[in-house]
Amino acid sequence: MEELDGNAAAGMLSEVFALELTAARGRCDGCGNIAAVGEARVFVDSPGLVVRCRNCESVLLVLVRGDGRYWLGVQGLTWLELAAT
Amino acid sequence: MAGAAVLGRLTWRLAEVAGVVAQTMRTRTLVLEIDGWSGHRAGQHVDIRLTAEDGYQAERSYSIASGPDDPRLELTVERIDDGEVSPYLVDEIRQGDSFEVRGPIGGYFAWSPDDDGPLLLVAGGSGVVPLRSMLRARPRDVPAKLIYSARTHDDLIYRDELSALGDDVLLTLTREQREGVRAGRVDEDLLRDETFAPDEDPRVFVCGPTSFVESVASALVELGHAPERIRTERFGPTGR
Repeated sequence: MEELDGNAAAGMLSEVFALELTAARGRCDGCGNIAAVGEARVFVDSPGLVVRCRNCESVLLVLVRGDGRYWLGVQGLTWLELAAT
Repeated sequence: MAGAAVLGRLTWRLAEVAGVVAQTMRTRTLVLEIDGWSGHRAGQHVDIRLTAEDGYQAERSYSIASGPDDPRLELTVERIDDGEVSPYLVDEIRQGDSFEVRGPIGGYFAWSPDDDGPLLLVAGGSGVVPLRSMLRARPRDVPAKLIYSARTHDDLIYRDELSALGDDVLLTLTREQREGVRAGRVDEDLLRDETFAPDEDPRVFVCGPTSFVESVASALVELGHAPERIRTERFGPTGR
């Protein structure tokens, strides 16, 4: 699995989110760290991606595509703050 | 690019290779003709999708190398030897070939002239690609400085173009001693002596391998640059 950062997740995230997500700030439910999604650690392996907190490694978000559907897990995020465009 | 902030539904489009420019032994620039391309902000990337004859698909992200006002979209791709996509894009693809792209993508590692400056850009290796787009987007009255670290002189991408920018660009080589070119890594001393001070409030973009980005970003924070002014983009250990 290749490690990148949140910027590399932008394309797939845009398949399910209407607003740009990498510039959004999110709070890690594990350690309370607040950072832009673009700064997070991202592991990409088709058919999905795993976004982890850069501070404590907790899984923030998982997005998997396949079988004609998406599966989205956001268990590690307390909240997201998105710019309204 | 006021409209670029609003996300349309991203669709895969066919990009035709209109030209190929060799940059270094490991990198080349693909000049693309894309029907219906909507323009981009400097720093954004595209996703590329290649489909094999048996239907197997591979997707990768590549930074946009051209400026928003350049007539055609350009990608500069570095060959990753065990990569699935880059060896094809660097060694095999020819003018007239085509593949699928979608974009522009990304709102975090992006800069528009409206965002103001000064611009402090720090690149490691092929991390220079999105920063070259920013330099091309920059109006003359926005001060900018690019610090660009590469292994050797032959590894420098856009060498002539960047040299023509004079004092706005500082090159440093980590594995070669060469007259007239700085040798050594990008460290706190270099960032303090050769770039904007924190009180000039530059917008900072750092792009390169993960370890490079982490060390440059920490050094900048140590020097007093506000973390929220520093935006980063990392390649994995194997590049991308």
